[in-house]
Amino acid sequence: MAATQETVEQVQSLEMDKYKYGFVTEIESEKAPKGLSEDTVRFISAKKNEPEWLLEWRLKAYRLWLTMPEPKWGKLEIPEIDYQDSYYYSSPKSMEDRPQSLDEVDPELLRTYEKLGIPIKEQEVLAGVAVDYVFDSVSVATTFREQLKEVGVIFCPISEAIQDYPELVKKYLGSVVPAGDNKHACLNSAVFTDGSFVYIPKGVRCPMELSTYFRINELNTGQFERTLIVADEGSYVSYLEGCTAPQRDENQLHAAVVELVTMDDAEIKYSTVQNWYPGDEDGKGGIYNFVTKRGICKGKNSKISWTQVETGSAITWKYPSCILQGDNSVGEFYSVAITNGRQQADTGTKMIHLGKNTTSRIISKGISAGKSQNTYRGLVRVAAKAEGARNFTQCDSLLVGETCGAHTVPYIESKNRSARLEHEATTSKISEDQLFYCRQRGISEEDAVGLVVNGFCREVLQELPMEFAVEAQQLVKISLEGSVG
Amino acid sequence: MLEIKNLHAEVDGKSILQGIDLNINKGEVHAIMGPNGSGKSTLANVLAGRDDYEVTEGGIFFDGKDISELEPEERAGEGIFLAFQYPVEIPGVTNTTFLKEALNAQRRYRGEEELDGMEFVKMIRGKTKELGIKDDMLKRAVNVGFSGGEKKRNDILQMAVLNPKLAVLDETDSGLDIDALKVVAEGVNKLRAENNAILVITHYQRLLNYIVPDQVHVLANGKIRRSGGKELALELEEKGYADYSGEAA
Ligand SMILES: Nc1ncnc2c1ncn2[C@@H]1O[C@H](COP(=O)(O)OP(=O)(O)O)[C@@H](O)[C@H]1O
Ligand SMILES: [Mg+2]
Repeated sequence: MAATQETVEQVQSLEMDKYKYGFVTEIESEKAPKGLSEDTVRFISAKKNEPEWLLEWRLKAYRLWLTMPEPKWGKLEIPEIDYQDSYYYSSPKSMEDRPQSLDEVDPELLRTYEKLGIPIKEQEVLAGVAVDYVFDSVSVATTFREQLKEVGVIFCPISEAIQDYPELVKKYLGSVVPAGDNKHACLNSAVFTDGSFVYIPKGVRCPMELSTYFRINELNTGQFERTLIVADEGSYVSYLEGCTAPQRDENQLHAAVVELVTMDDAEIKYSTVQNWYPGDEDGKGGIYNFVTKRGICKGKNSKISWTQVETGSAITWKYPSCILQGDNSVGEFYSVAITNGRQQADTGTKMIHLGKNTTSRIISKGISAGKSQNTYRGLVRVAAKAEGARNFTQCDSLLVGETCGAHTVPYIESKNRSARLEHEATTSKISEDQLFYCRQRGISEEDAVGLVVNGFCREVLQELPMEFAVEAQQLVKISLEGSVG
Repeated sequence: MLEIKNLHAEVDGKSILQGIDLNINKGEVHAIMGPNGSGKSTLANVLAGRDDYEVTEGGIFFDGKDISELEPEERAGEGIFLAFQYPVEIPGVTNTTFLKEALNAQRRYRGEEELDGMEFVKMIRGKTKELGIKDDMLKRAVNVGFSGGEKKRNDILQMAVLNPKLAVLDETDSGLDIDALKVVAEGVNKLRAENNAILVITHYQRLLNYIVPDQVHVLANGKIRRSGGKELALELEEKGYADYSGEAA
């Protein structure tokens, strides 16, 4: 008896450690009435004090959404979503009057971010990283804004950008991901609440890493953030987003849209460390992460590079893509996707070659453990005029155990005979020999799995900004805890 | 230091070791020789605590402590090192990362302070110099794309860094040409010390010209059939194992 009890406790403590961001912040919040309707859309728009054109844009999207089918791209088992059983806007009460400085932010929120390991204090966060903190539907703070402004970089919540830079927002919002792109993006267009806006002026190399940290806290609340980054001619920015959510039995929807635009000779490096609550061992709870991310290399010689480390969420549906319009433009996609327990991930990219001599590179590392399913799905399309297009794709899958699945689904469509497209794929297993070798040298089994998997992902992890690489390695290890032995 | 008493062990339900007795003291080098399939690698794996190798009778005592129930990583922490017959590749993990992780895991196990990056680099540079190994080996992924000789030398480097009390070398000579063999043997001899012991497992006498043992044991059909001094190895070289094949238990 005693032994059994002990085992149960051990397993429980392991579970707790595994997702250490699972706590809930007790805070009074202001919410939209439950459910989705035109009134919800109007409520959100009014809360944000938006101009008429944006309300109209949202309403148009909402009406379109009503008519759209669920997306067919992707192979996932998604339980039917009751869109009326969710809140579409939730904001801490203390955010009613937007705090003018970091000192005025609710102490409860400050404590939350401290617990998450990313304190909202400029002197305490990683040197050289500016952070926008999004809590449920609102941005609660953005650091280093003044310093950035000095070099002309705009980094602020998108709700503020709509007030302060309406021309820029109007010009680019929906220009890369139109409202009707797919059902999830359409919903986002109707009800998006906050997110970050970045504008890098001509010739400016952004002096620090920009980062947004998304946190879902409220029960039954969806998060619909919208990020827009515009890099003007000859500019450069590196941006990173991170995300966590409390541990809950109910599923929560996260349908974000990210749009990137690069002009001539500009470069955006966009990194994601996604660690939403994945649900428990039996697949109860967890976030549905249905995200549309797309960048357009508008200008010649411009470059967009996506790097993602996807470890969380019950279901991930996500294909950060590049439209390579400018001649000589470059698109890159580096991905690590780890699934464990009952998680499902269907993720990859779309590289659309339109301009001449455009190049794309895809490196995908999928790791499946437990009873999870992990799919790489990617499209490389070369238009008739895309003379000299080149793509290199490498998809590697690693299986941990016998009960998981890994799938690779590449689509290639080429209308130009000069295109050179290369595809390589491998599937392997963590071998007993590797684990024993590590253990014989003193490394525990769990650490050995972490080590082998980190090695497998190395090519991708080394693309992350240095400040986050160590954290990502830790995360890779933690997400596989309990997957062997 | 190492006391093996009446050790019986099976793999996948198949009984392989049938009552081994062996004592190795500090500072000694022992060699185990025997025909293919006699159970040499099985003994090495049982000592290291590999899963699926089950001790059914008898015991293994290390510094007086019964270690037969310890996990492989715990035995490593106690000071047992196994140089593998076939070293394993770990893509994407550099030798430096691997060694640092391993050393610090062992130090944690023993309640010692972990080494930080600087201390570790300093220490490992000293070892590569001592063994005449190029530093660029450290940046390469563990055993990936290594030649047979490089893999074995890498094992010797690991051994030098981890500084075990007992090193078990399983057919470290297999697949090596004579020059590589000399280099490896030289590395092993550098590690011979008053407080360390070495168990060399080999099919051929060749290696023992370079790593000269204090005692030689003949393993056949899961049992030690004969023990003697280094001259026993020469005798085996001459006569082969024919004398022992009939002694099946
Ligand atoms: N995993 C295993 N399952 C079943 N039999 C095994 C296994 N490993 C080794 N054996 C058997 O055990 C015996 C001893 O093998 P081994 O210890 O490798 O011998 P050696 O190293 O002396 O050549 C052989 O008969 C071999 O076939
Ligand atoms: Mg053998």
